[in-house]
Amino acid sequence: MSAVMTIEELRNGLAWRKNLDKAFVVAGLLILMSCLGLLALLFVDLVRDGAARFGWDFLTQFPSRKAERAGILSAWVGTSMIMLVTAVVALPVGVAAAIYLEEYAPKNWFTGVIEINVTNLAGVPSIVYGLLALGLFVYKFGFGQSVLSAGLTLALLILPIIIVGTREALRAVPKAIREAAYGLGATRWEVTKDHVLPYSTGGILTGLILGLSRAIGETAPIITIGALSFIAFLPDPPISGAFPFVNFAWLKSEFTAMPIQIFNWISRPDQAFQQNAAAAAAILLAMTLAMNAVAIWIRYRFRKKINW
Amino acid sequence: MNTNVVHKAESPRLAIALEERRALRANQAKAIAEKLDFWYGTNQALKNINLVIPENQVTALIGPSGCGKSTFLRCFNRMHDLQADTRYSGSIVLHPESVNLVGKEVDPIEVRMRIGMVFQKPNPFPKTVFENVAYGLRLRGFSNRTDLAERVEKALRGAAIWDEVKDRLSDSALALSGGQMQRLCIARALATEPEILLFDEPTSALDPIATAKIEELITELRQRVTILIVTHNMQQAARVSDFTAFMYLGELVEVDATSKIFTNPSKKATEDYITGRYG
Repeated sequence: MSAVMTIEELRNGLAWRKNLDKAFVVAGLLILMSCLGLLALLFVDLVRDGAARFGWDFLTQFPSRKAERAGILSAWVGTSMIMLVTAVVALPVGVAAAIYLEEYAPKNWFTGVIEINVTNLAGVPSIVYGLLALGLFVYKFGFGQSVLSAGLTLALLILPIIIVGTREALRAVPKAIREAAYGLGATRWEVTKDHVLPYSTGGILTGLILGLSRAIGETAPIITIGALSFIAFLPDPPISGAFPFVNFAWLKSEFTAMPIQIFNWISRPDQAFQQNAAAAAAILLAMTLAMNAVAIWIRYRFRKKINW
Repeated sequence: MNTNVVHKAESPRLAIALEERRALRANQAKAIAEKLDFWYGTNQALKNINLVIPENQVTALIGPSGCGKSTFLRCFNRMHDLQADTRYSGSIVLHPESVNLVGKEVDPIEVRMRIGMVFQKPNPFPKTVFENVAYGLRLRGFSNRTDLAERVEKALRGAAIWDEVKDRLSDSALALSGGQMQRLCIARALATEPEILLFDEPTSALDPIATAKIEELITELRQRVTILIVTHNMQQAARVSDFTAFMYLGELVEVDATSKIFTNPSKKATEDYITGRYG
């Protein structure tokens, strides 16, 4: 035999290497399962603790001093409105920033500094954003302790996530497609608006939703800017039946949000409020999971349509 | 002294001049590259290229990988301008207006609107077949539905793909086969009636049958448009082109009628390449 080893040696070595391969699969699955298992356990635990409180009333009642009559109406409405402001502000700003950095910015030290800072912003503790917002939005700009201030704060918080996600999505558009468009005489803006942006919509929306699902659970910054824990009224609805059909009074309204409500209930000694907290936490978790599910669905839809 | 004289007689410049005269006699020159140099940063990729592109003829660029043939092709529609730190000197003059395509004062977008390009890998937009072909027209401000439809049909017919896609105009272009996609890309380039059509190894990603269709198409197209094609495949150059230019290490070694290059090249390097001794 002319090979460097006998056939037995070869087989033994191969068996060992294949075992290593299997060991990695087992280890990976184990780690994955324990992570998912923990989350599932947490969710089940919350649902069990809060089981008594689930129901229509819980969603449609304002907070109350009596645990059994307290609901999360003002909390989930507040959270939804804040998320709306956050999305409306963070999406265009984040996408525009990403387009500039990816498609327009020359590669020099200045853009290098900007890029490093954008990445670093994602790691800034959220309480710092809260302090910034308190000084800037609440006092300096005079937006007060309002839905608008909270939405802007969380928009700042998730901006780095959206920028990074959008840049990934833009970069995924093949160079060949850009060249095809440039080759027909398109300007940089036409290439971006007619091709790069439409083809990366899936990735951009995914980034937005991942950012929003980070924002929905943030507590520290909105406590800092002064979210209230007891609100027994709803702001004016943003859409009305009469002309001009939209109003913006809700932006200036005081607010509470899901995490604030949970935090408030959990810090009370009364056991009954603990149940409320568990139920609200389960609903918040479900909202987050639903948002992520939408992100996955969008990504799947766009992948199916555009397959390079 | 004597060797010097011989050397001078064989200098590329003179050979081009002869070729130039020959080409001009047979056809009008559509474009003339003169003393063209090109740099990626400090790396000079093209050195003193002189070449006449005769109107309504197919000119093939051959040579081993890295010889600069694609770089040269991409000078014609200023694709290099999309990259930072690239530089041209010399000229590629487009006739009849005598515009210098690589001149700093000439807008690269204007150049790309006049000179079409078909790429190595079929790169249709992930839009409908119709919108792919209509895109160049839309950029130019065409928006009348019937006018667009007429021009799209004409382009698709010109690219010999109309019969295959006429019932699928609103399907995604990505549903087509590789060869169909490449002909769609040719139609997309043809729709705006370019003055020169550049082909950058258009069949290297295709199977032999799709390749044969593209080659047939190129032969037909030369009646209407001036064609410049880069190819790795020497048989392809021999089959489709009227003139062939051999490039090596960023220089143009020899250019002549295709039949002459492939039967009786005047340079040793050309002969070595086409007989498969390297590259």
